[in-house]
Amino acid sequence: MSLVYAGVLSHAPGITGRAHLVKNIDEREKFYAKLDQQRQEIEASGAEALVVIAAEHFGNFFMNNMPAFCVGIGEKYSGPIEDPEWLKIPKIEITGAPDLGRRLVIEIMQSVDTAYAEEWKFDHGIMVPLHFLTPNYDLPIIPVNINCQGPPLTPLHRAWAFGEAIRRACDSVPEKIAVVGTGGISHWPATPDSGKINEEWDREFLDRLLRQDKKALLSYTNEETYRDGGQGGFEIRTYIAAAAAAGGKGDLQYYSAELPIFAVGCTVARFELA
Amino acid sequence: MSLYYLQKFLYELNRDEDVQQKCKDDFDTLLGNYELDDEETTALKDGDIGLLYVLGVNGQILMHYAAFLGVEWFDYLELMRQGIAKHGPVRAGVYAMTGGGDAFTEEDSHQ
Repeated sequence: MSLVYAGVLSHAPGITGRAHLVKNIDEREKFYAKLDQQRQEIEASGAEALVVIAAEHFGNFFMNNMPAFCVGIGEKYSGPIEDPEWLKIPKIEITGAPDLGRRLVIEIMQSVDTAYAEEWKFDHGIMVPLHFLTPNYDLPIIPVNINCQGPPLTPLHRAWAFGEAIRRACDSVPEKIAVVGTGGISHWPATPDSGKINEEWDREFLDRLLRQDKKALLSYTNEETYRDGGQGGFEIRTYIAAAAAAGGKGDLQYYSAELPIFAVGCTVARFELA
Repeated sequence: MSLYYLQKFLYELNRDEDVQQKCKDDFDTLLGNYELDDEETTALKDGDIGLLYVLGVNGQILMHYAAFLGVEWFDYLELMRQGIAKHGPVRAGVYAMTGGGDAFTEEDSHQ
């Protein structure tokens, strides 16, 4: 078994870019500490590469040719695509894992028709997780995207199938691989409702996710998700794929709706590998 | 209404430093590459964040344009609110897709 770690974490540009505007400093530091714990767990797993299942925000993919899924097989990537001063993360070159990525894609494509890309400009959706999980950028990265932004969106059951395919692919190679899904749960990012968080909806989703309740997880309609979780709620696809890749129940290490300046309920969780 | 090209212009601006430079050097010529109507062209030339939001530009694209224009975060949020107050509800795009009968419902029917 070469999948050695699976977890989820929130991303949002405010987590780094607006950190200085946080009023609840203690809560911010608790969140950051849990992210650092996740870094340590990934390092302790011996992972040789990190697969980041993300929901990028029109940094690379647009409605001129929008893939339901994409896996990065580039030698290197760049990021952040955003103004470094705005995001508070310096521009840097990130090492990829082209050979491993290509082998993963070959296996994934046996069951899911994923696109692949040798070029990828990382936006905050990947850069914020990397900032915390591999701050020295010394772990090769395989970026993965699920279309959570440009409707028609990737169906939830296909996100689950994609996660299972990622798992099969990871288990088909000798390298040790960590997988994280990164997205929001409920949030209304970059809109007049930015900062709104539906904690009840978030906790219900997390309960379904961490129990591996596939039927309940895949029962959300887009209409319901938009109503209860905002357009940022569509990013649940990344969490669902990570859960499917892991196969085991999850452990919620952190959740807080008390950091609205980050414009997302802040989450850190890990899964057992089954 | 050509929301697709309006968002495509902003998408390319957000991710490409060459486009950002062209934007500063010759905005009119750059905009000529996109099929925009008069209202969209005016909104871009004026940097009218509120109107762009009402026209349906996704916030994930719009917030970067606001940052490019030097608009601070809380001002960005307020400009969108002012846009709604002045121009009415969002007319197209993801924020106008709920309420029954629109594309999400169609997608959901296939789940």
